Amino acid sequence: MHTLMQCLWRLRMLGAVLLLAVLAASLAPSTHAAEPNEELGQAVGTVDADTWRDVKNGENFIDTRHESTYSLINTSGETWRQIRNEWISPAGLIAIGGMLAILIIFYLVVGRNDLDHERTGRKILRWTAIERALHWTVATLFIALALTGLNLLYGKFVFRHIFGDVFWANMIMGSKLIHNYAGPVFGILLIVILAKWLKVNLPKKHDLEWFKQGGGMVGDKHPDAGFANAGEKVWFWLLASVGLLVVVSGLVLDFPIFGQTRDDMQWANMFHGVTSLILMTVALGHIYIGTLGTEGAFEGMATGYVDETWAKQHHNLWYEEVKESAGQPHQSDPPIDDDTATAQRPN
Amino acid sequence: MAQMKFLCDAERCIECNGCVTACKNANETDWGIQRRRVVTLDDGMPSEVSISVACMHCDDAPCMAVCPTDCFYKTDDGIVLHDKDICIGCGYCLYACPFGAPQFPKQEAFGERGKMDKCTFCAGGPAETKEEEYEKYGANRIAEGKLPLCAEMCSTKALLAGDAQTISDIFRQRVVYRGHEDGGWSSVEKAQLSGPDVSGNLDEMAYDATRATREG
Repeated sequence: MHTLMQCLWRLRMLGAVLLLAVLAASLAPSTHAAEPNEELGQAVGTVDADTWRDVKNGENFIDTRHESTYSLINTSGETWRQIRNEWISPAGLIAIGGMLAILIIFYLVVGRNDLDHERTGRKILRWTAIERALHWTVATLFIALALTGLNLLYGKFVFRHIFGDVFWANMIMGSKLIHNYAGPVFGILLIVILAKWLKVNLPKKHDLEWFKQGGGMVGDKHPDAGFANAGEKVWFWLLASVGLLVVVSGLVLDFPIFGQTRDDMQWANMFHGVTSLILMTVALGHIYIGTLGTEGAFEGMATGYVDETWAKQHHNLWYEEVKESAGQPHQSDPPIDDDTATAQRPN
Repeated sequence: MAQMKFLCDAERCIECNGCVTACKNANETDWGIQRRRVVTLDDGMPSEVSISVACMHCDDAPCMAVCPTDCFYKTDDGIVLHDKDICIGCGYCLYACPFGAPQFPKQEAFGERGKMDKCTFCAGGPAETKEEEYEKYGANRIAEGKLPLCAEMCSTKALLAGDAQTISDIFRQRVVYRGHEDGGWSSVEKAQLSGPDVSGNLDEMAYDATRATREG
């Protein structure tokens, strides 16, 4: 019985081997007959230019990665890198450095814009406590954002080599955190401050004349100016246009939770870089005029009050209006700014 | 010095995702992080083809160029690595990368992403101890004289990893053997060919992919 089973088993094995041999023989010719052209016909070649075009457009492929929306090849990345590194980054340095150089040369050659007459000692309230608080909060945030932003763009070329890895790691992480958290606060306060000062910054006819005279630099006369001169209005409207673009593009970058694509982020980054570098460049001019450049300008934003002579020289139309509405300014002590005072701002 | 590269022979890739699994297993990446992916073109059509993609360790890496922290560096073997202690998770490397290699453990408001993670060519990264290195970057097989696990475990040897010269030689040999005119990924005008219709030959295609030698 046992041997019979073994015999049967051997027979079956023999059959299987024979069958395999026949199968192999029938398959062999097709393997050996593989001509180069035939191989070519079986190759991947059917994925043609059209397929690659589809892939570039993010179509006609699937991806095994979890929730992946990444195309096979992100061609815009390199373009973004070139624009950011080869254009925006050096252009920003040239703009900011150029502005600094111009201001230094201007200060050395022309010097401070002094008051033409003696101070009268009579003070006019120009900026209320709330306005000053707003201005300095926005200014502080602006400077913080500018410095951290510049660090994110240029810092790696300087500070890592000077301070070493550990300090640099903390410095750049701090920069990112400050930038990302202070940014939205700046955006909100910028809108508040723009709304507050919208009325006095509406363009008037005499602003054209102000530009023609270069704000007083061309000719000896002081051009007419209301509460805000045309230069201040330019700064206001720059903040209202470019400034808001900085905020919007910044928010797109800061909140990557609304399904932004990589292309969206690249655009937002380029907009943010260009607009913020423009703003920083012009801000240098604003800071210069408000501090070193003009006698009596800084005390206005520091104390809230400006001297009568200063008001007459720089904002003659405003001065006239204040005088008309209030009669002769008081000879006595300046009015007390108890946080509730309203600025003398008839126009 | 060697220039380490990945090369995926699309004609051999059978979309088994073994490389994806091998990578995940070798490096024990965070939940949701998948350093390698398999992309399939023309899915479901006769011309369907798949390719395994991860960090390609570019010679001129865009991620390195745009990183605000300069946390990337290139090893002597041409492997692009990054220092997670310096990374701030800004996402710029992801915007610049052609292959979608950089990934982040999270993506929340105020740009909170955590530290970037990407394929290290199984070469680890900067750390004080081996344990810390494994925790942060995964395996350092290169230090042990081994190649990345994804390529080592590829069942059809579609995914090659190693010195650029070596693996391109292997690939060139295959291309010559296959009789392809100008490279494995290029398009071929079917009209010019006298061979059989490709769609009727799918079985032979699969056979071709796993065949050891021409005579075998």
